[in-house]
Amino acid sequence: MKKYVGQSVKRKEDYRLVTGTGQFVADIKLAGMLEAVFVRSPQAHAIIRHIDTSKAKELPGVHAVLIGDDIKGIINPITQFESHSAVPPNVAKEINPKIQYNDESVLAIDKVVYVGQPVAVVVADNRYIAEDAADLIKVEYEQLKPMVDPYEAMKEGSPLVQNQVEQNIQMEFHLSIGDAKRVEQQSNHVLKARVKTPRLSSNPIETRGVIADYDNRTDQIHVWSATQLPFEVRATIAHCLGWTEQNIRVTAPDVGGGFGPKGGVHPEEILIPYISKRLNRPVKWVEDRLEHLTSARQSRDQVHDVIVAYNSDGTILSLRDEFVVDSGAVNFFGFTCAYNTAYHLRGAYKIPNYDIKSRIVLTNKTPNVPFRGAGRPEAVFTMDRVIDMIARKLKLDPVEVMKRNMIQAHEMPYDQGILVKDGARLIYDSGDYPAALNQALAMVDYEGFRERQKELKKAGKNIGIGISSYVEGTGAGPFEGALLSVDSTGKVIAHLGASPQGQGHETVFAQIGADALGLTPDDIVIKVGDTAVLPFGAGTYASRSAVNAGSAMHEASLKLRNKVVAIAGIILGTLPDEIVIEEGKIFSKENPSHFLTLQDIYKRSRPAARPPLPSEIEPGLQVTHYFVPPTVTFASSVHIAEVEVDKETGFVDLQNYSVVHDCGTVINPMIVDGQVQGGIAQGIGSALYEEVVYNESGQLLTGTYMDYLLPTSMEIPTVKKGHQQHLSTRNPLGVKGVGEGGAISPPAAIANAIVDALSDLEIVINQLPVSPSRLRGLIKEAEKKQSTILSK
Amino acid sequence: MSNKVQVAVFVNGKKVQKKVEPRLLLTDFIREECNLTGTHLGCEHGVCGACTILVDNEPVRSCLMFAVQADGCDIQTVESLNSVDGPLNVLQQSFSDNHALQCGFCTPGFLMTLTHFLIDNENPTENEIREAISGNLCRCTGYANIIKAVQQAAQILQKEKSNSSVVSAQ
Repeated sequence: MKKYVGQSVKRKEDYRLVTGTGQFVADIKLAGMLEAVFVRSPQAHAIIRHIDTSKAKELPGVHAVLIGDDIKGIINPITQFESHSAVPPNVAKEINPKIQYNDESVLAIDKVVYVGQPVAVVVADNRYIAEDAADLIKVEYEQLKPMVDPYEAMKEGSPLVQNQVEQNIQMEFHLSIGDAKRVEQQSNHVLKARVKTPRLSSNPIETRGVIADYDNRTDQIHVWSATQLPFEVRATIAHCLGWTEQNIRVTAPDVGGGFGPKGGVHPEEILIPYISKRLNRPVKWVEDRLEHLTSARQSRDQVHDVIVAYNSDGTILSLRDEFVVDSGAVNFFGFTCAYNTAYHLRGAYKIPNYDIKSRIVLTNKTPNVPFRGAGRPEAVFTMDRVIDMIARKLKLDPVEVMKRNMIQAHEMPYDQGILVKDGARLIYDSGDYPAALNQALAMVDYEGFRERQKELKKAGKNIGIGISSYVEGTGAGPFEGALLSVDSTGKVIAHLGASPQGQGHETVFAQIGADALGLTPDDIVIKVGDTAVLPFGAGTYASRSAVNAGSAMHEASLKLRNKVVAIAGIILGTLPDEIVIEEGKIFSKENPSHFLTLQDIYKRSRPAARPPLPSEIEPGLQVTHYFVPPTVTFASSVHIAEVEVDKETGFVDLQNYSVVHDCGTVINPMIVDGQVQGGIAQGIGSALYEEVVYNESGQLLTGTYMDYLLPTSMEIPTVKKGHQQHLSTRNPLGVKGVGEGGAISPPAAIANAIVDALSDLEIVINQLPVSPSRLRGLIKEAEKKQSTILSK
Repeated sequence: MSNKVQVAVFVNGKKVQKKVEPRLLLTDFIREECNLTGTHLGCEHGVCGACTILVDNEPVRSCLMFAVQADGCDIQTVESLNSVDGPLNVLQQSFSDNHALQCGFCTPGFLMTLTHFLIDNENPTENEIREAISGNLCRCTGYANIIKAVQQAAQILQKEKSNSSVVSAQ
């Protein structure tokens, strides 16, 4: 019964967060706790000649100083996360991947490979003393040639970032269907373009942080980390330190935003537990913002070279793309982002001949990991710029070209002819993309806009409209679990492996459980973000928690309900089918006034209950369900941006932003809308403001918030939202993921809108962010070109 | 360093007297010495606004002040907005009602900035609200719901004020 699913139930999390009584890692205090500070590499690529720690060690209040030599052979390096990187055999057969081993020592040994890499760690009574000591550590470096440009890094004979990775190409693969090359040769219209997306930093407002508390007596360690993946952190600690996994408990308390990079296990999450055990003291480390901007994993950074053949009516015949991912010094996530790009690039479009080659290249920059969208914003920016460029070349409206190529509703489920990353066939489960486009066009009064645009042009004003669409594989497996039990007070305690950073898990899963069990959300206590709560878990990333953990919650709740009605039937002397549960009251249909509560059922189900339950009913009210999705669910969306461009300054005013999206069943509309708005804000940031910049020697130029620009309330409009609900066929709730979607389309929609506003200049925007200086440069160039043509 | 200095401040109405190092940040004083961890550190260079508190009724980024500079001052943190375990105040409740927070890490800073703003701006326009919070960064919400929350809070506060003036006139 759907009573709470679909309602904007207020969040259980809010009280503590608006009263300042939430508990983030930095808020945790333990008796005798020490604080750690890291010394990080100021060099992009250099040999470590000598480290002098003597003065630091002598400073009163310092308890330990460690460098790479101290952990050599003791702490294993962090390697590729197999749970995210493994290529299924059938995918391997299709894409023929070449993979080279790469890793990172948790403290640099012998050489450094990126600015910000941990070189030494100091542990002291408090952070102030630790910082003093860190300043006393002297490191001598011998500079090596830094590899900053991935194309240079791939050249034969270029210096190697990791000695065993030949030509700095850590991974490459080739995916092809049809015969794109032949189609190109036969086509009258061929477009070639290079499309670039910048390197980004995720910047949750809470930085990373780790506390470890080792217990000598039991050999157990409790680690608190601002992580999205407590189970992966636990596995990596066990792997790197050779400890028994079950002696490690990892808790993610309140986590202040993540967006992906808090899911990449970082060196500090290994070192702090190691030091805690070594010193037999609790140890804390909290990242500062400079460290976050330099050392927390970054993302995106792709360059696409596309060749597209099309007809004079705008039908795309083939698409070839050779793209490079600049992964920085290490690639931990295998082909995650690159293959996401490859399998999402065609989006809502039918392109029968498709050929894509990807190379993941190592450079002397901070390692890359997935960030909200994980390879999809890059794909969509490329594809929707292609659509727009084709339209402008053919002098057609971009909407016409979109419609010409779109998959129709009656073609669902639609097989794109390739495989998803998990090995399943890429088959879109449900959706109506043309209807979404029409709905979005109506929302913005597209025709009306075009008329207004003409009028304003006469007055010298340049307004433009840009569209982008995407189809997004969401709710990636491998699984998520829910362990439900009823306690002596009659509350249902639900333990889940998902680990939130603001998504409202405590509320949403209680809504799902309440409907399945006939309770209210207040009757259900959700426990998440802790490896102690159930044996297996994955985490919150990849728009997956509502799909995987939500479905696990639903199925486990039904199992618990079955047990409750069986026991209630015995007590009430009726068949289980006759039992109804409503708002926590358990009664026979025949006699609603005589009811039991969960507390009554709990008492009767206890192992020691008298009279005992029949032997076929196991004592105790506890059930577990692990949900394993068949493959991803396909959410989709259409975004429309309206801008005004000031030609004199290159300044872009984002006047309106509208979206129509489909995430299947909506569990909590308030939370879904919040995810969409928040994702779009990050997408706007990457379209117009955000870029991690390294200079030619690999030095980071964007180490503060004066250089790395996050959008404020002045830059983000309130998004107009329209909804579709095409239920997924791949889980019992019909849900699709929504967390990442908002961030995917804004770069393409906004760039297309800017191009549209300046259509008379025929500028091409294939690089982000569209900063005023970059846009002013393009305008100047275009004006110069036009005046030369005119003067001829 | 042991050149500690005596500091006396009122924090949420209570007098706190401590000997601290001159270099101790006001944020660390509040979080570590007063055990009030609702004030968060987001950037430590005065941009993100997560550490915003009121010092003598003015919003201040506590990461840009030393504790010794607050000697003799009256400090209010997010913990001052409601009584322990008590009901939420109007602004806090409006944030929850409108889903104006997701991870909630930046929220205390927004609440303190807005507590001050709403005193002098009883009926703010959307643009005035946007400007008021433009010095606080939120990475989760995209700001729209924060603006809605402020509009709701302003309306309720205005109503409460007019009701109480009616009562006092009687």
